[in-house]
Amino acid sequence: MKTIQLTIDNLPISVPEKTTIMEAAQTIGIHIPRLCYHPDLSVEGACRICVVEVEGARTFQTSCSTEVQAGMNIRTNSPEIRQARRDLIELILDNHPRECQTCERDGQCELQNLAYSLGVRERLFEGKRKQFPIENSSLSVVRDSEKCILCHRCIRVCSEIQGVHNLSQMHRGVKNVVAPAFEAPLKDSVCINCGQCINVCPTAAFLEQRSTDEVWQALADPGKHVIAQIAPSIRAAIGEGFGLAPGTPATLQTVTALRRLGFDTVFDTNFGADLTVVEEAHEFIGRLEKNENLPLLTSCSPGWIKYLEHFFPELIPHASSCSSPMTMLSVLLKTYYAEIKSLDPKDIYVVGIMPCTAKKFEIQRPEHRTAGGLPYTDAVLTTRELIWMIKAYGIDFTKLSEEDFDSPLGFSSGAADIFGATGGVMEAALRTVVEKLTGESLKNLNFTQVRNAEGLKEASLKVAGKTLNVAVANGLTNARAILEKVKSGEKQYHLIELMACPGGCIGGGGQPYPPAGRHILDKEIHKLRAQALYTIDQKKQVRKSHDNPYIKELYEKYLSHPGSEKARHLLHTKYFPRNPRGVK
Amino acid sequence: MTTKTEYTLHPDIVSFIETCLQKEHSESYLMDILHKIQDKYGYLSEEHMYEVAQRLQVPASTVSGVSTFYHFFRLQPRGKYAISVCMGTACFVKGADKVLNAFQTELGIGLGETTKDGMFSLENTRCLGVCGLAPVVTINEQVYSRVTLQQVSELINRILNKDVEKTT
Repeated sequence: MKTIQLTIDNLPISVPEKTTIMEAAQTIGIHIPRLCYHPDLSVEGACRICVVEVEGARTFQTSCSTEVQAGMNIRTNSPEIRQARRDLIELILDNHPRECQTCERDGQCELQNLAYSLGVRERLFEGKRKQFPIENSSLSVVRDSEKCILCHRCIRVCSEIQGVHNLSQMHRGVKNVVAPAFEAPLKDSVCINCGQCINVCPTAAFLEQRSTDEVWQALADPGKHVIAQIAPSIRAAIGEGFGLAPGTPATLQTVTALRRLGFDTVFDTNFGADLTVVEEAHEFIGRLEKNENLPLLTSCSPGWIKYLEHFFPELIPHASSCSSPMTMLSVLLKTYYAEIKSLDPKDIYVVGIMPCTAKKFEIQRPEHRTAGGLPYTDAVLTTRELIWMIKAYGIDFTKLSEEDFDSPLGFSSGAADIFGATGGVMEAALRTVVEKLTGESLKNLNFTQVRNAEGLKEASLKVAGKTLNVAVANGLTNARAILEKVKSGEKQYHLIELMACPGGCIGGGGQPYPPAGRHILDKEIHKLRAQALYTIDQKKQVRKSHDNPYIKELYEKYLSHPGSEKARHLLHTKYFPRNPRGVK
Repeated sequence: MTTKTEYTLHPDIVSFIETCLQKEHSESYLMDILHKIQDKYGYLSEEHMYEVAQRLQVPASTVSGVSTFYHFFRLQPRGKYAISVCMGTACFVKGADKVLNAFQTELGIGLGETTKDGMFSLENTRCLGVCGLAPVVTINEQVYSRVTLQQVSELINRILNKDVEKTT
């Protein structure tokens, strides 16, 4: 590849051709301010904050979209450039609500941070501001177009990473607004509730639907037995909210924090994950024997499931009927556990701590309700919401001691921990499926061939004289690619793990905003979070779901055997085609 | 949003979309298709746009974005009486913007909208070439010249009364 010589801020540098000015500056440690730019998304060039001075050019150039040329002489920080950037931010602020102090992103807002770092100290322009009502119809995502700065990251993540194409810009000029087709409420759109728009939004134009109020209320109610369950990926990410380095596992500090907040009992969604593996492995082997409805598509990710219902309803019979680990555990809490503890299910309040905004939708699905019409899971908090509650309470997370989960639904195998990372459900399933098919104990439990998929990964395994073709996809654009292959019959797959969010649950729409100097969806952060989970798994005594002694006990005492009528009734669900139909 | 699964586009338009699908970059024919629908039905309904999205395999959000970007596309059916206020230079100087505002207030609708009873719709137009009569308003084929603010409600009432006479 050709090398280009140029000068940036008086420093001569050489970079490969096709490098942008922004990337070139990065190589010498200059971080050009930016707003609409995101490294994983297409270049938009909408905000103009990243402008630089290129000698000989008539106007300032956007460094995100301008490629280097030989002999370029670039200044990233002349007084004129700094003034231009300030002007741009002032103009954006002119059309932005003045409510930073009461805004949920206060302190974590990219616009606020830029205004500070660029030296905007006054709001100079006072004029008519755009006015839009808050769009509050969705169970997962809230859209506040008054805070939108039209950077279009949400549009790009929704189409380029998720392939959902739910958002686009409507109207133009002062009426320009980001919305679903026909400006329909999110609840009536093809939105899959993944929350990636929240993740990439630089301001608070997208936020999760807040559930903290109702949880505080339940915690304060002496008549309620409030139970928390934490998803596998929470332990790998929550520390970031308290200044710990990405990838610092904090499982048992989280348990302690939840007890301090007033939760009566703290269980682990991991137990539900182990149960999911056992049920799903049974389901898979059954389909394999009959050679029907293969490949089996995993069903843990509610974002993926809603995508399936809108975009690939013809493949619904392939989806595993297993409810998600969270729902399985919630069902057990209001049945099995209620019986053991002689509690009235009506007095049990279950809170799922999830990396996910789509879980807020999942718990309201009519399929996941008790015979009396109550949701099995009463509320879902995202990782971000829990971090906020811990801070609001005044708990110093980093100083907490380590307390154990409650018994019996707090014990899990290492297979459950890795559910939080892409490929983890597949690996957990394979540990059980392969042992069941061969009847022999696995020597090596690490199926590294399905780990760390950057979007899509395929593998073939020889098991008991059979070849199993498996695939792992995260991010729904990748899911779509593999599902098209399934439909065309190009390749015969047996088992496919699908996760809506990039990197799996560790990259979920409810995970902490990135620490300073990092960007959201940073693959390095995802890797560190995944590594935290693999380390936890490696250190555990029990690393196979079917070896979890409490799972065995559950079947002996309550469910009888995997796939039993009772198990099918309690732990399995159905999916339905949804309108509007998505266009892939 | 529409949840109808029955499609209603005219067979001519459906076959046009099918021809487009045979071509390279079929999505680039979206504008042509929307024009054809507006020619046929007078406006673009959500149902029709949703159907175009499905048939052309272009996201509905894109179809919606395009249809709201271009002023030419009408998103509501025209009223029985289509009021059009000339916003050409001469009419504007003579206060066409105020006339337009008066129509908006009187009818309770915005530009490009239609009253709930389907009687009136409001649009603006560029120069009609009769600047000597400014400000000019057309209602269906009829041209009204030197329209004053006072005349706005009179015009509407006159049309309503005539309409009642015709239909009774």
